This record gives sequence, structure tokens and C-alpha cells, in this order.
Amino acid sequence: MTADAPKAPEAPEPPEATATPETTPEPAATPGTPGAPDAAAVAASTPVREALHFALRNGKLIAGLIVVVVLLIAAVFGPMAFDHGPNEYVGPPAASPSGDYWMGTTMFGQDVFAQFLYGLRATFLVGVLGGGLAAIIGMVVGFVAGYRGGWVDEILNMLTNIVLVLPALVVLMIANAYLGVRSVGLQALFIGLTSWPWAARAIRAQTFSLRARDFVDLARLSGMRTPKIIFREIAPNMSSYLFMTFILLFGGAILVGASLDFIGLGPTEGVSLGLMLNNAARWSALQLGLWWWFIPPGAGITAIVGALYVMNVGLDEVFNPKLREM
Amino acid sequence: MRRYFGRKLLIYGLTFFVAVTINWLIPRFMPGDPVQSLIARANIAQPEVVEAMRVRYEGLFGFDMPIWQQYFNFWGALLDGDLGVSIWLFPTPVADVITRAVPYTLGLLIPAILLSWVAGNRFGAFAARRKWLDNTALPIGYVLTATPYMWLAILLAWALGIIAGIFPVAGAYSYAMQPGWSWEFIGSLLQHWFLPFASLFLVAFGGWAIGMRNMIIYELEADYVNYLRALGAPGRLIRRYAFRNAILPQITGLALQLGVLVAGALVTEIVFSYPGLGNLILQAIQNQDFFLLQGTFLFIVMGVLIANFVIDIVYVLVDPRTRAGMGGAS
Repeated sequence: MTADAPKAPEAPEPPEATATPETTPEPAATPGTPGAPDAAAVAASTPVREALHFALRNGKLIAGLIVVVVLLIAAVFGPMAFDHGPNEYVGPPAASPSGDYWMGTTMFGQDVFAQFLYGLRATFLVGVLGGGLAAIIGMVVGFVAGYRGGWVDEILNMLTNIVLVLPALVVLMIANAYLGVRSVGLQALFIGLTSWPWAARAIRAQTFSLRARDFVDLARLSGMRTPKIIFREIAPNMSSYLFMTFILLFGGAILVGASLDFIGLGPTEGVSLGLMLNNAARWSALQLGLWWWFIPPGAGITAIVGALYVMNVGLDEVFNPKLREM
Repeated sequence: MRRYFGRKLLIYGLTFFVAVTINWLIPRFMPGDPVQSLIARANIAQPEVVEAMRVRYEGLFGFDMPIWQQYFNFWGALLDGDLGVSIWLFPTPVADVITRAVPYTLGLLIPAILLSWVAGNRFGAFAARRKWLDNTALPIGYVLTATPYMWLAILLAWALGIIAGIFPVAGAYSYAMQPGWSWEFIGSLLQHWFLPFASLFLVAFGGWAIGMRNMIIYELEADYVNYLRALGAPGRLIRRYAFRNAILPQITGLALQLGVLVAGALVTEIVFSYPGLGNLILQAIQNQDFFLLQGTFLFIVMGVLIANFVIDIVYVLVDPRTRAGMGGAS
């Protein structure tokens, strides 16, 4: 699932490569590749412009971004096109896709296309809220542990490792079943609380390597306070890495949320892509051959998460000159 | 090395402690009177079941006792192996229900994890050095690893089970058969096993292949590779060294992914009505059988901890630095 999660802790310091001028000779060192002269020319301008320059020429990043943006627009504005709710019985039961119902109807005559668009909304919401919360916790724990070191690091590390080993989905199942977590917001909260550990570990490792740098020493000598050093000196130097971490957490939260919904521990009101799969499986859409009921929700999840992952590879190439010519 | 294992065992011990505490704590946060609402939610007519639930819950919560006493009692019952009685399959003890389901889950999970790990790593390393293969394999890998486990399972069941009719899509063996050690039965077992295994394998395979591909590319940039190249070492030798270095983070990755893989197995089992732990969880949720749910939870946590420890041992065997006490594994 989060395929890059294991990779992240060991990734050899992409932030250091964030467009510091001395790293740009790397791509130039492989002559004959078309991008090389460009790289040298851009090296003189600002890091942001350089990143943008490569971003606009990165097929993976653009393709991933297009898929995510299109689906996001569909999720935000799509539901407005319907004058009926996603769970209302509007059409004939079990109708195949047609001009009236683009994705057909469920066994009970609900419009699958309407459910899909409303479900996308819930899915994005779980991803943003759950992934965002996990990113915030991961950053706080990672920064503090990596920067402070010593016993603070020991304790936070211990906590991280414990949450890391606990299988998140199973913990979420217990919590949801007992407490009746029935809203998207609460579900996202619980996902955020359980999925931060690998991010914290990765950020801790990065902070650790930045901590001993001269500019951090200088900031410390000049009397800057710890929170300010972290947010003004350390975080900006790994901003690309933090952003990529958030993207992976975003995708992970969507997958966990979909699994929970599928087991039947999702939100009871409304609809989500995982819930659609749950309903389709429960009312044996498989055996009845109602393929239009179970293919769109899964395809939607796969498209969002896959596009996020591919975007992440693109970003990696943009920010890390060593990978650009691969 | 003793320090390395000591630390690991301490973490696993603490994790188990946390898991048990969660298990004890969460019912206490339920709104209202938990015993009443649990019994009401279970919605059971048989008086003897209701009575058994009440006795158990009251023993479990023991509201007249001080809170630390309740907590110790909970641990005491647990250490006796007493996980309560299943409501869904009253009056079978939860421990028995779980023991019956575990072989099916392990039979799916262990081959799927090991084979996908080995095959994914081989394939990722292979893809990393051919541009055309890299460009075709990479997108497929990303799509596979982004696929929700249950969706791939549904697709496979629909395509190969319902439409093509090659594989059965429900249960662990033909309902017409009695479990036994006949070839016919084993054949049926394998036939039912294949699709859930395949969907687990495929999703995990994509993730490992991508992870390995990325690691190999980082390794091929390393100083030792440049040095070997400068010495004129053959490409095969260099790749072998890079592979051996890249495999270490993949072992750590295996430990990190265990929870996700177990979760994948649970939802896959639900799709195929495979009688493992995933199916138990579904039944437990649908029948409001909280003892079964909690027992399964503890059991899965324990399994994951044991698997983590096995991976730690493997890591020590593979990485000489941990043996020499130089750290290495994080």
C-alpha cells in the first residue's frame, strides 16, 4: 500500500539536494542527455524557479496532478449537478449504464454516478483530514525528537515504535466498533492518530542530519529559540520532503478509510467509495453481474491513490537532481 | 547484539501492554452504561446468553471495585487464556473460535507475504536497469500498490470466478465435502485458496517491486558503486553488491508493512467468505460480538509482534553490522 513508506527513512537526504547550487553539476555530469544544458542555465536563478522549471517538464508529476485535480473538481462540484441525494431511490433497480444513469443503478435503484461523486468527496475529505493530522503529528514528533535528541528522543522514539508496530487497521476496528465512529471527521481523526509513526521516523532522521549543520549552529549561537530554529531554519530545508510525506500519508489515509468502510465500520450517513464497495459485496452484486456497481468505486480509489504515488515520484525527481535523468 | 534484542523485546513488550490496555480502556469510553448498552445492542432473545454476557461484562468491568483492581483482573483473566465466550457462536469460547480460523489466515498470509517479497524484490532489481522495462513496469507497480485489496479481490472473483468460472469465489473448500486428508479435499482447498492468495500477492508485489527499484537506483549512485566501476568490475558483480545493500531496507520495510498486509488479508477474506480471522471480524461486528472482536484484536497484535521479532532475527543474520554491535538496524 504505502509502498514508499519503507523507502522514506533510508532515502539519502533529498532535502539537501533541494537546489543548492553545488548539486546542480550532477545532471551535467551525464552528458548527452537533453536536460543537461538546461540544468546549468537554470542553476543561476532561484531554487523555486528551478523547481518549477523541472516540475513543468516532468511527465509523471503533471499526469498525476491532472488525475488528482480532475477527480477533485468532480468531487467538489459534481454533486451539485444532482437534484437527488446519493442514497435516494430514483431509478429502476439494477439498470445498466445508460444516458439517464451514467453508471447505472444499484439493486435498489440508487444512482451509482451520484453515489460515486458524493463518495469521492468523502474519500478526499478522509485523505486530507487524516493525512493532514498524521503529517502534523509526525512533524511535531520528528522535529522535536530529532532536534532535541537525548532522553526526549528516547521517549518519543519508543512511542513511535510502539504505534508503528501496532497494526493500525485492527486498532481502528476496535475503536470504531465500540465508540460507533460514524462521521467522516471522526474517522479521519482516528486514522490520523494511528498512521503518523513512519513519517515521524523519517522526519526525525532528516532533522538529525540537518541539526549539526553550520547554519543551524549559527542560529543557535545568535540566540534563536528552539521552535523558531525548527520552523525557520530546519523545516524550510526539508520542505519538499515534508510535502512528499504528506502526499503519501494522504494516499494511505484514503486506503485505510476505504478498508474500514468496506468492513462496515464507515460513516452511517452519507456515502463513501468504500461504503459503495461494502454495499455491492453485501448485496451480491458480483453474483448478479452488476459490474457497474463495484467497478467505479474501486477504480476511483485506485486512480486517486495511484496518481498521488506517481506524483510523488515526479516530485522526487524535481527536487532531487540525482534522479532527474532517470 | 544483546542490546539490540533487548531493546526490541522491550518495545514489543510495551506494545503488547499498550494493546491490552487499549482493549481494556476503549469499552470504558462508551457513552452511557456500557453493560446495558452492549446487551441491548447485541439484541439477543435467549436469556442464558444475556445472563452470560452480563456476568462476563460485570466481571470484566467490575464497577464496584477500584479501577486498578479492575485492570489487574482483566490481565489475570487474559493470562489464564480466558478471552470470554463468543456471542455469535454461543457457547463456544472465543479462544476456540479463533484457533479454528487462524490456520486459514496464516495459510493465505505467509505464502503471499514471502512470495510477493521475494518476487517483487527480484523484479524491482531487474526492472531498475532496463529503461523500457522501468517505464512500463513502474506505472503497473504503482497502480497495483494503490489498489485497495478488497477491490482487486472483487475484480478477480468477478473475472476469474463468476465470468470465466475457473475458480470458486466463496469459502475455503467445497461445501459438499467433509474436511479430511483426501487428495480430492486438498485439491478443493487449493482451488479455493488460489484467488484470495493471488489478489493479496499482486497488491503486495507492486509495492515491493517499486521499493526495490527505488533502492537499487539510490544504491547505484553510491560511492562504492562508482569505485567498483572505476576499477572496471563487471556489471553483474556491481549489481549483486547493490542488491545486497538494497535488500536491507526492504527487510525493515517488511516489518513496517506487516500491519498493512494483515489488514489486506482481512478484507480479502471478507470478499471471498474465506473462514479466517477477517471473516470472524466481520461476523463479530455484524453480531455485535465484542468478546470475539477483542480476542481477535489481541491475537492479531500478538501475531504481528512475533513476526516482527522473527524479522529482527533475520536482520541480524543478514546484516553483519548488527552482529558486531555497530547498530545498523534502526
